[in-house]
Amino acid sequence: MSIEASGFLPINLLTGFLGSGKTTLLKRILADPAFADTAVLINEFGEIGLDHDLVESVDGEMVLLHSGCVCCTVRGELAAALRELYSRRESGLLPPFRRVIIESTGLADPFPVLSTIKADPVLRHHFCAGNVITTVDAVNGLRQLDTYIESNRQAAIADRLIVTKTDLEAGCEGEALQARLRTLNPDAPILRAADPDLDLSSLVAVQSNLSASSSLSQSGFYCEEPMQLVSSDGVAHQAAISSISLSINQPVDWTAFGLWLTMLLNRHGERILRVKGILNLSGEERPVAVHGVQHLVHTPVHMDGWPSEDRTSRLVFILDGLDGDLLKRSFVAFTLARMPQMPSAAYSMIAAAR
Amino acid sequence: MCSLCGVLGGNEHWTDAAARPGVFTRNHASPDRRRARAERVRAANEMLSGFGLVLCDWQGASFVLSTRTGRSEIIEDLGHLWPAAERLVGRSCDPLDVTFISRMEARHVD
Repeated sequence: MSIEASGFLPINLLTGFLGSGKTTLLKRILADPAFADTAVLINEFGEIGLDHDLVESVDGEMVLLHSGCVCCTVRGELAAALRELYSRRESGLLPPFRRVIIESTGLADPFPVLSTIKADPVLRHHFCAGNVITTVDAVNGLRQLDTYIESNRQAAIADRLIVTKTDLEAGCEGEALQARLRTLNPDAPILRAADPDLDLSSLVAVQSNLSASSSLSQSGFYCEEPMQLVSSDGVAHQAAISSISLSINQPVDWTAFGLWLTMLLNRHGERILRVKGILNLSGEERPVAVHGVQHLVHTPVHMDGWPSEDRTSRLVFILDGLDGDLLKRSFVAFTLARMPQMPSAAYSMIAAAR
Repeated sequence: MCSLCGVLGGNEHWTDAAARPGVFTRNHASPDRRRARAERVRAANEMLSGFGLVLCDWQGASFVLSTRTGRSEIIEDLGHLWPAAERLVGRSCDPLDVTFISRMEARHVD
């Protein structure tokens, strides 16, 4: 069941480092007739709401969050703004918008926005988390990734990566940036803002990244070998953000998986930037997609079917300073151990898998 | 469950949402839901035993997590299980702890 069909209004988060082109992209989005039924919230850091002025003429459904940044101080304000938006929609003061876009400040950690939706007892019955869209500056992006942990986290958490200012980039920086983004976030499509064929509606298209066909694509859930980021000076990045993948050939026990992941996220949630994948569950014909951001796990999605005879479960983790090999070992020990009477030969085969 | 959550339909946790669409809604397939809860309790107790904790279902609505000395906490879903477990035992429950992993791996060696 898609998010639209579920009756929940998706909240898409537009994030990206300072000066990476969030407002420019937002203006483009709002000028597109396909986004006419979109409500917008803009978060401002500082006294003067500059971005608000830049897009003020777009519509009257916009809310400006004045104080602090979304990442910490205004979660209450964000919840109140969303409630007010919904209230005005229901009372007919606003057109029945079908989605919300929140533009965050350049230094915001996107996670608290998503957790606010989930934690608020009113909001979680009306809204759901949509896509995280992260803009990355083609000119300064690499340097920002080398220097700022926030930039890494914003890229790692993205469902869609938009590279901006590609017309200004020099030489092979674009390829290097692309490679860096791919190691940070092997699963998110990387789009170029300047691409004339860029379909803006794909930015907020829900669950397209969970389709059965894309799960087997080259940029899908099969990411490459575990990799640590190395900055331009050859030193391992302080954040040590890495991505690992797990492939499991045997059906996974859902109950054990749930217990394991809740335990893992409880202890290490802030260092697990993303978990995403599809699972072949015991006793279940169709695959189930799971998708989590730090402490928050979205409601699992039952996919229509497997794209091929391959029934391999695949999970991608994006880790901040955690030992990927240990995580793999833990996954096998906890999650697959629950399978009843699993022969030891099967266990050996699983343990040897990637 | 707080009165506000009760009015609004109660809390739901992502771990409840397996394995077949519709099974874990509130109005259908009650036996399946009860069976799944029982399995959840059994699996949790296998992991909790190393910490001296026991989880019990409480009328299909909540869970009670207890120490061997009787200290208890009521939790609603698995999302609250591990923070409560850590409070009760006074140490972390870490699935990346090598000793803990080894104990779980040992279950395979029969």
